[in-house]
Amino acid sequence: MRHAHRSLWNTLALAIFVVMVFPIFWMVSTAFKREDEVTSLTPTWLPLHPTIQHFRDAIHHPFFWQDVKNSLIIVCVTVVISLALSFLAAVALAKYRFTGRKAMILLIIGIQMLPGAGLIIPLYVVLAKYHQVNVLSGVIITYLTFALPFCVWTLRGFILGIPKDLEEAAMVDGSTRVGAFVKILLPLVAPGLVATSIFAFITSWNEYIFARILLNDQARQTVTVWLSFFSGTQRQTDYAALMAASTLTAIPPFVFFLIVQRRIAFGLTAGAVRG
Amino acid sequence: MAVSAETTRAWSRRRPLSRARVVRASVPYWLLLPVVVVLGAILGYPIYSLVRLSFQHYQLFELIRHKGQYIGLKNFGSVLHDPVFWHTALRTVIFTIANVGLTIGIGMLLALLFVRISTWVRVLLTAGLVLVWAMPPVVAVQIFNWMTNPQNGVLNYALTQAHFGDYFQHDWMGSTLSQLGLVTALIVWGALPFVAITLYAALSQVPNELIEAAEIDGARSLRVFFDVTVPIIRPVLLILTSLSILWDFGVFTQPYLLIGQPHIHPGNYLMGIYLFEEGYVKTDFGRGAAISILMLAMVAVMSVAYVRRMLKVGDVE
Repeated sequence: MRHAHRSLWNTLALAIFVVMVFPIFWMVSTAFKREDEVTSLTPTWLPLHPTIQHFRDAIHHPFFWQDVKNSLIIVCVTVVISLALSFLAAVALAKYRFTGRKAMILLIIGIQMLPGAGLIIPLYVVLAKYHQVNVLSGVIITYLTFALPFCVWTLRGFILGIPKDLEEAAMVDGSTRVGAFVKILLPLVAPGLVATSIFAFITSWNEYIFARILLNDQARQTVTVWLSFFSGTQRQTDYAALMAASTLTAIPPFVFFLIVQRRIAFGLTAGAVRG
Repeated sequence: MAVSAETTRAWSRRRPLSRARVVRASVPYWLLLPVVVVLGAILGYPIYSLVRLSFQHYQLFELIRHKGQYIGLKNFGSVLHDPVFWHTALRTVIFTIANVGLTIGIGMLLALLFVRISTWVRVLLTAGLVLVWAMPPVVAVQIFNWMTNPQNGVLNYALTQAHFGDYFQHDWMGSTLSQLGLVTALIVWGALPFVAITLYAALSQVPNELIEAAEIDGARSLRVFFDVTVPIIRPVLLILTSLSILWDFGVFTQPYLLIGQPHIHPGNYLMGIYLFEEGYVKTDFGRGAAISILMLAMVAVMSVAYVRRMLKVGDVE
């Protein structure tokens, strides 16, 4: 009886798996299909004559490499800055008790809840004032507005997870607080740092609206903006090339997600679920 | 920074204010300083500008001169007298309720299913969900765009083949309801992995003995769920619901790109798009700022519960 139930649930779960994954399967499958299969009224599930022509088309589409480079610059600078600054703040919030701590936590949470769309107008106006429109640094500044609070909050969760005894044990052994930090805390928090930076990387890579608003020059756009305009340049959309371009855009976040797979449920809710 | 272990241990005992103690007490503030300064510059200043802009006549001309003209509450008056604003607000609220309800509802069912399946199926399903999670929204939009293409999209083909009716060359962008329905499908699809996996993590914290005890007492599974499981996972449920409300209310990328610029019109605006069109496209930044403030106010009202919960979490360690 129990066994029968289980296989019933398993079947249902497999069906859900198929439905959820299908769009991604369809993207990759289309990207490898020959032109006549893509436009056919009766779709084939798998490419009958696999071709990488569409990937070549996508790569040779104007500004692809330039925009990938822009995305990488923006994302890497954002991650490095936000990680360095937020780590210090996270240590303060996780390891010290001080006046104003609660206010600081409230601030970090509050900022994270600001809808990005609500900030496009003032950020655009302010950045225009300081000549930061249509340059990559302007976009980096806007990405820091969400990456910083996010990193502070997530890292704080990871640091909280480190047992206090370990740190104290190191101090009893005669090392200073800084020594204890470098020897004990840093190695323990390293996986948290990696996971947090990857989350920040993915959010920045996937971002669309700020990049769309701040960068008008095709040579200065990010890869998501490039992809959003991909279909618009031809009279009839070349869906196979569009799917190849989509696959290429999705590869970096996908690879990074695989790396942090196990930490995902913890990482994004670190601090939130605890307690 | 170099404080000896001696002073560190003495910290708990009340001692007269010494130099070392002052230094030590100031450490967290020094650690916080960089983040506070940067956030103040890149977020505090724009938020201040937002408030100021909303009281100003500020269009392209003013943008070039970097100077607006004070006009009092005229921007707010103009927005609040705009029937498009009220229709958009109502549409966005309904849209948000539908999206959040579906996301949390289906996410909960998925999490409950997770508990009941074999390990290999669970690993497979998790991998699939993570795959979906990793998709950039713009990529997801392009996929949905292609799947719902009237001529040779796979959705019309599949629905027709499965005898759900004649969907040959059915145009999914034909009506506002259909457009927003498709956007909902896209958003729920993209949000489910996070919600389902987080809820499953919460469910696995529920002690099995509690559920078994309730079952032995003769409680039905539905009652066990609502009386035992839900109270335990309530904090997580509350957080997920609040976050979903915030995201869905301010959503821009998915509706803007999936419906497509040529098909966007005041009749199918959502709040994020209304703001974008009125403020950025029409370069009326003053009015756009007023819309932003009204939008932020609505979001603030909806998320009071979330902030209170998070503050509690910040307290308990």
